[in-house]
Amino acid sequence: MIEFQDVHKAFEDQAVLRGLSLEIRDAETVVIIGYSGTGKSVALKHIVGLLHPDAGDVIVDGRAVSTLDRDGLTALREGIGYVFQFAALFDSLTVAENLALGLRRRGLGDDEIEERVREALALVDLSGTEGRMPAELSGGMRKRVGIARAIALRPRYILYDEPTTGLDPVTSAVIDRLMVRTREHTGVTGVVVTHDMRSAYTVGDRIAMLYEGRIRQVGSVEEIQQTEDPVVRQFIEGRPE
Amino acid sequence: MIDVIGRRAIAAVEAVGRVGHFLLDLVRAVPDVRTWARPAIVQLRRIGVDSIPVTLFIAAFTGVVLALQASYTFTGAVPLYFVGTLVGKTMMLELGPVICGLALAGRVGASMAAELGTMKVTEQVDALETLAYDPHAYLVVPRVFAGTVMFPMIIAFAMAIGIVTGWLTSLALLDLSTPDFLKGLKLFYRFKDVWFGLFKSGTFGFTITCVGCFVGLSTRGGAEGVGKSTTRAVVYSAVLILLLDAFWAVVLL
Repeated sequence: MIEFQDVHKAFEDQAVLRGLSLEIRDAETVVIIGYSGTGKSVALKHIVGLLHPDAGDVIVDGRAVSTLDRDGLTALREGIGYVFQFAALFDSLTVAENLALGLRRRGLGDDEIEERVREALALVDLSGTEGRMPAELSGGMRKRVGIARAIALRPRYILYDEPTTGLDPVTSAVIDRLMVRTREHTGVTGVVVTHDMRSAYTVGDRIAMLYEGRIRQVGSVEEIQQTEDPVVRQFIEGRPE
Repeated sequence: MIDVIGRRAIAAVEAVGRVGHFLLDLVRAVPDVRTWARPAIVQLRRIGVDSIPVTLFIAAFTGVVLALQASYTFTGAVPLYFVGTLVGKTMMLELGPVICGLALAGRVGASMAAELGTMKVTEQVDALETLAYDPHAYLVVPRVFAGTVMFPMIIAFAMAIGIVTGWLTSLALLDLSTPDFLKGLKLFYRFKDVWFGLFKSGTFGFTITCVGCFVGLSTRGGAEGVGKSTTRAVVYSAVLILLLDAFWAVVLL
């Protein structure tokens, strides 16, 4: 389970998170929605210790992330897959090497690494791209490789940062289906950050809206769709005012 | 005015703190050989083998110019075989390490800052961390190790080439025979000339790679930030090479 406990975070004078509290239960997918610049990605980075809160804490499986030492943080990260907004593939490595890097860190043998890479690429419909460089891939393919890199680790949690941003509607739907399929296949707990409502409704068990640094409303897809909260309503309907 | 001075003082102290933190992380990452051994092999080739052509090119022409300038200065005042002395001593003690160090600050330091800076702004460094890698072990240690090991080797070649081209110039353009050139070369030669030059080169390699990595990993913003980091890495490296050069001269000579 992942739990945000009254997390505050500011960059210089700008407060981004102002008391974020949210619980993500095992085997569910929670989608965090919100306006651009409201700290959705910042919240996600706190889960893996890429950022540390100014106050409050993030608890993962009962361990407070900010109190973990180097080894503790490594152990935590070994159980989490992270899909970055722009995939963040290592551009000097091939697709297969990108996937193998995290597996090698976990001490797997060459045969098992090869098997896992093949399996993960098949799951994202990218079999045969093992030897290609990231620069040779389209935006959608890069995102799928990013997802494959996370899946190959067989993590307990997968964090998706804006997985469909910048993609055309069809490719976005492919990515959404992939996220759903991943959860069905692996039973992984997911946290998805997005402002794409179609994607949120497709992949989320629950949706939480981050507004002014804290959760404005959290609920099931139906609850969010029927909300009376004017701020949430305006966001999900995409109305300018 | 006081406000500006205060802010700059705080910024300077913070910068010193960041450098200290970076060096501490570097030292902590060294025992993680399993992580850095494989990328170190790639870096040994990139920093070492790939730098040889440009270094030898610079050293060759430095040797030619040294021989001609020595002859120009000595004619009528000092025996001409001192050309060999000056070419040898200068290539080993000063110009080999410093000129090649400055050239490699541009080639190696700039490319490291640009590569790591790009990785930083495209979240590849964050991705590395989420894969449970220590970026210092995977990115910094291999580069610093390769720079520290390979710079003395490259500059040893540069010294040799500079002396050879100085000798060939003396034969071809000056009225100097091979025995006379060798006589001058051996005249005040001490083994310290070689190890001092090579030791200094190792410290230059360490410094240039540390600066390249530190500046690269500190990059913020997009393409503009990467551009600024690249320039910064070259400028800082060049300044530090000259400071180190003076420091080692005071301490070791």
